[in-house]
Amino acid sequence: MLASDVMATKLERDDVLRVAELAHLSLTDAEVETFARQLAAILDWVNQIQEADTAGVPPTSHIAATEAAWRDDAETPSIDRARALDGAPDPAREAGLFRVPTVR
Amino acid sequence: MALSAFASAAAIRAAIARRETSAEEVCRAALDRIARADDALHAFLHVDADRALARARALDAERGDGALYGVPVALKDNISTRDVPTTAGSRILDGYRPVYNATVVDRLEQAGAIVIGKTVCDEFAMGSSTEHCAYGPARNPWNPARAPGGSSGGSAVAVASGMTPLALGSDTGGSIRQPAAFCGIVGLKPTYGRVSRYGLLAFASSLDQIGPLSGSVADAALALAAIEGPDPRDATCAAAPPTRFGGARDRGLRGVRIGVPRHLLDTGVDADVASAFEAAVRTLTDLGAAVEPIELPHSRFAVPVYYLVATAEASANLARYDGVRYGLRVPAETLAEMFTGTRSAGFGPEVKRRIMLGTYALSAGYYDAYYRKAQQVRTLIRQDFDEALASVDAIALPTSPTPAFGLGERVDDPLAMYVADVFTVAAPLAGLPALSVPAGFTRDTLPVGLQVIGRAWDEAGILGIGHAFEQATDWRTRRPPQRADLASA
Repeated sequence: MLASDVMATKLERDDVLRVAELAHLSLTDAEVETFARQLAAILDWVNQIQEADTAGVPPTSHIAATEAAWRDDAETPSIDRARALDGAPDPAREAGLFRVPTVR
Repeated sequence: MALSAFASAAAIRAAIARRETSAEEVCRAALDRIARADDALHAFLHVDADRALARARALDAERGDGALYGVPVALKDNISTRDVPTTAGSRILDGYRPVYNATVVDRLEQAGAIVIGKTVCDEFAMGSSTEHCAYGPARNPWNPARAPGGSSGGSAVAVASGMTPLALGSDTGGSIRQPAAFCGIVGLKPTYGRVSRYGLLAFASSLDQIGPLSGSVADAALALAAIEGPDPRDATCAAAPPTRFGGARDRGLRGVRIGVPRHLLDTGVDADVASAFEAAVRTLTDLGAAVEPIELPHSRFAVPVYYLVATAEASANLARYDGVRYGLRVPAETLAEMFTGTRSAGFGPEVKRRIMLGTYALSAGYYDAYYRKAQQVRTLIRQDFDEALASVDAIALPTSPTPAFGLGERVDDPLAMYVADVFTVAAPLAGLPALSVPAGFTRDTLPVGLQVIGRAWDEAGILGIGHAFEQATDWRTRRPPQRADLASA
């Protein structure tokens, strides 16, 4: 995509709703209006990074100041199953599972 | 013997070791100060007095000798504490009690510290004022109508007002350093990988680091020594040599080279902040440091790069809050409706805004122009720092372009809040350690911070500079009008 394609951002109501759906958020009409305006302004502002010449520059996805630490792939005790269920909104204690509504 | 509310962690430990006081007496005094002052300042979301006192009595019975033995510590509420509420300032974690401790909590306790409570922060550490805390903001002890800074604002208020000598915060784009500057105390963001992130509620995993807020550089060094070092539970936590903070240098700062990126100071810096910064640079020069101009040409892109990288990572990290395993659940007929209903009710406006921005930047058709481009510019920003730090030992900047702003002043203008992070976001983008130390006041008696950025793993170097600066000035001895030890019950 060319930088010019994303300049002067205009976010339509449908764009906001599409992103909200990807993020598992449902927005009120007021939120849709506010986010359309605010996100467009933020996107216009972040677009200044298009001015940087990044031809041939590798992306930094993580700061690996040193090589990642290695450890043995050994089994160690983890969180007890009953304890893990203590904070669950709807624990199925007998089965040792988290209960959720129907998957449709 | 009763210690001052502003006694250092080192002095508290020493007094307990000499049996001039007890861990219980120190703990009671801290709890009393919190009880007196926290209605006005709101530094804490949760204080567990019984648990803290039981721990203090156990320490008094044991008479151990850890480096923080008997020292009360406040923890930002995005750091997991076993069986103690941990909300990260979010409704979606209302009532959540983790079943494990963050590694830093275990290490503090191994050093003899007493966790006294959990502090106010912007929701999931997203903000610069604590106004995005779902349970209300903290207040700046220098002026309660002003923000304490954020996101680790409650931790900064606890230390600055004399409630606890030490606190931990987390810094993703300035969340330790900026509140430290706004409240007139010391804040250290360690090198990425210096401190384990295990048990830190993740915001942006390539940026987040836990670090101390304290009344002095020496106490920050003491706390760092307690929490740093490799952890099998965090593969990004590196086996680096431990920080060797030497305290006072005989030769002042002679032989130390400090770079100042003058081109970043041209616009948007408050006049009082600018003059405090210039006075701080003169002090560094008087101490013998060689101060020279440097260029960080790509740092002008640091804030937009930060807001793309951090929000993209946040949109992925916060996918885990779905109402299944812990925290809030909004019941619904189907699983998908339960996810959406829970997240929509549980997240506040700033978190939704950042999830939306990050999701957009990662979505098909925009990934290359926004996310990948930001990652490439991040590389250029890092390279600028590598180049500059080859010729200087550290870089000095103001911590924030303005002093503490008024509560409510920026909360409806996210972009105004974001651009003020201009001096703090570059260090985490480059993975570098950075320290904020008190460096004077504005005409309105609001604190100003001096920021010192160092080479990766050279915390000892920037702590040494900060310590020399601190000894040459008396800023850290000034006390705010809202002092916890003077507050009436």
